[in-house]
Amino acid sequence: MSGPLVLGIETSCDETGVGLVRGRTLLFDAIASSVEEHARFGGVVPEVASRAHLEAMVPTVERACREAGVRLTDVDAVSVTAGPGLAGALLVGVASAKALALALGVPLYGVNHLAAHVAVDVVEHGPLPEPTMGLLVSGGHSNLLLVPDVTDDIRSLGATIDDAAGEAFDKVARVLGLPFPGGPHIDRVAREGDQVAIDFPRGLTSGRDLQRHRFDYSFSGLKTAVARWVQAREATGQPVPVADVAASFQEAVVDVLTRKAVLACAEHGVEDLLIGGGVAANSRLRALAQERCDDAGIRLRVPRPGLCTDNGAMVAALGAQMVMKGRPESRLDLPADSSQPVEQVRA
Amino acid sequence: MLLAIDTATGSVGAALHDGEVVRAEVVRHDVRRHGELLVPAVSDALDEAGLRMSEVTAIVCGVGPGPFTGLRVGVVTALVLALGRGLPAPQGVCSLDALAHAAHLEAAGAPGLAAPELLVATDARRREVYWARYEMTPAGARRVEGPGVGPASGLSEEVRLLPAVGRGGLLYPQALTGQLDGAPLDVSPGVLADLAVRLRDGTHPDAATGLLPPEPLYLRRPDAVETRAR
Ligand SMILES: [Zn+2]
Repeated sequence: MSGPLVLGIETSCDETGVGLVRGRTLLFDAIASSVEEHARFGGVVPEVASRAHLEAMVPTVERACREAGVRLTDVDAVSVTAGPGLAGALLVGVASAKALALALGVPLYGVNHLAAHVAVDVVEHGPLPEPTMGLLVSGGHSNLLLVPDVTDDIRSLGATIDDAAGEAFDKVARVLGLPFPGGPHIDRVAREGDQVAIDFPRGLTSGRDLQRHRFDYSFSGLKTAVARWVQAREATGQPVPVADVAASFQEAVVDVLTRKAVLACAEHGVEDLLIGGGVAANSRLRALAQERCDDAGIRLRVPRPGLCTDNGAMVAALGAQMVMKGRPESRLDLPADSSQPVEQVRA
Repeated sequence: MLLAIDTATGSVGAALHDGEVVRAEVVRHDVRRHGELLVPAVSDALDEAGLRMSEVTAIVCGVGPGPFTGLRVGVVTALVLALGRGLPAPQGVCSLDALAHAAHLEAAGAPGLAAPELLVATDARRREVYWARYEMTPAGARRVEGPGVGPASGLSEEVRLLPAVGRGGLLYPQALTGQLDGAPLDVSPGVLADLAVRLRDGTHPDAATGLLPPEPLYLRRPDAVETRAR
């Protein structure tokens, strides 16, 4: 086991993540989540998340070091999510990373959260082919990225023009009376349902939409269609077939996600597709992506679920690759940038 | 060597105190960029004093009350610096106490400024102030009420008429009429360090209660945000 020992800090949403990676080997990934504090609001409350990050930071760093069997003074570099994300939440992580870099006298790398979602797979499946196609789907993002070099060069091919995919799962879960976060519950309930029972719309897939928004996504219309369908059903006094609605909704989401991802691979001559973000844990997305990649001769990479959701390991993994590629370090006046564009891999 | 930082008011900065005097102080005025400016300020203060981070033996930080985002930057920076250097956990100081201490130090040099009581009021946004009331003793400003948060006009008349320091009196001059000429407006980390030294050595009247855990004094629950999120 060799390479630089990098400590990565992630606080862009409601997970306080601290990961330790040496080279391409994950040593430990410590997570403290405030998701339960947000559950009763049906979404992440920024001020609650920021307070939780502050309380969790030191214990999470300590736990990561203890479990990884390293001392903080062994760390060669510190990396941190500089954006995009919730401004107040990002700031807690960025301030922590700067303080740690100063205290240890090691370089600081401010990195892009989305790039980190792609980079994390090196700890599981080895070096990334260049280029790789990245499909990132979570409660905060839905992006299709062409990645010639994850430490330096990422191009956005498309993104959601309204709701993120995970957000649509949360909202539909609420309509169906399922708990927050909605993704795992819809996945579970959908297994008992018929995915072709209801023909829900596939956003931005036809005619002019497909030209103007070739690799963009839209899930807002789908969410509204599900809500209307359920309302109409309730108005007739009949029971709502929750499993069928969940399965048909989920199919509409993963159909569009995978169709456009495979199309992007074909059009850009990319042979490797990587799926990351919390929604990558969805079993139907994994199955359909595998099926379509097999048909198209594309190799599919999906990190295990624990590495798909937001975590510190992904930030450490990207930081380690930056060190190994000799990328320039960040300055100590590095700002947190809540709307950092994906093309800006380093901050 | 004590490192002091504060981010509770319109300034952000760091100071180094050797137990006798302030060796360096770096203050930046930019209320929106606490997160960017604080660690460079610590680094600059070390350079100015000709010291290295490894020579710092203790850390104190202002724990507010103050706007939450900046406050968290200060507290987490102090916590992680201490962790990274293997130092004991930092201690907190009420940032309003540091403003009162600044007034006390100034009064000591100019006895004409001495008043028996003092109001510290700072900007709490949302048309409110963070405030506390102090009794000025020869050994230091002793906090007798607060810290609290609320509209300046909602304070009792007795409090509103007191000689005042901090930006609250500038923002709400009709309610807070006692603003002192040339009053300290923002926390000086050097003054905060001096206060911490006096609290620690027991010479300050609030020595028994003045040093706090390194946690923000929020004073407000995140309620407004919660209801909006519904
Ligand atoms: Zn994410």
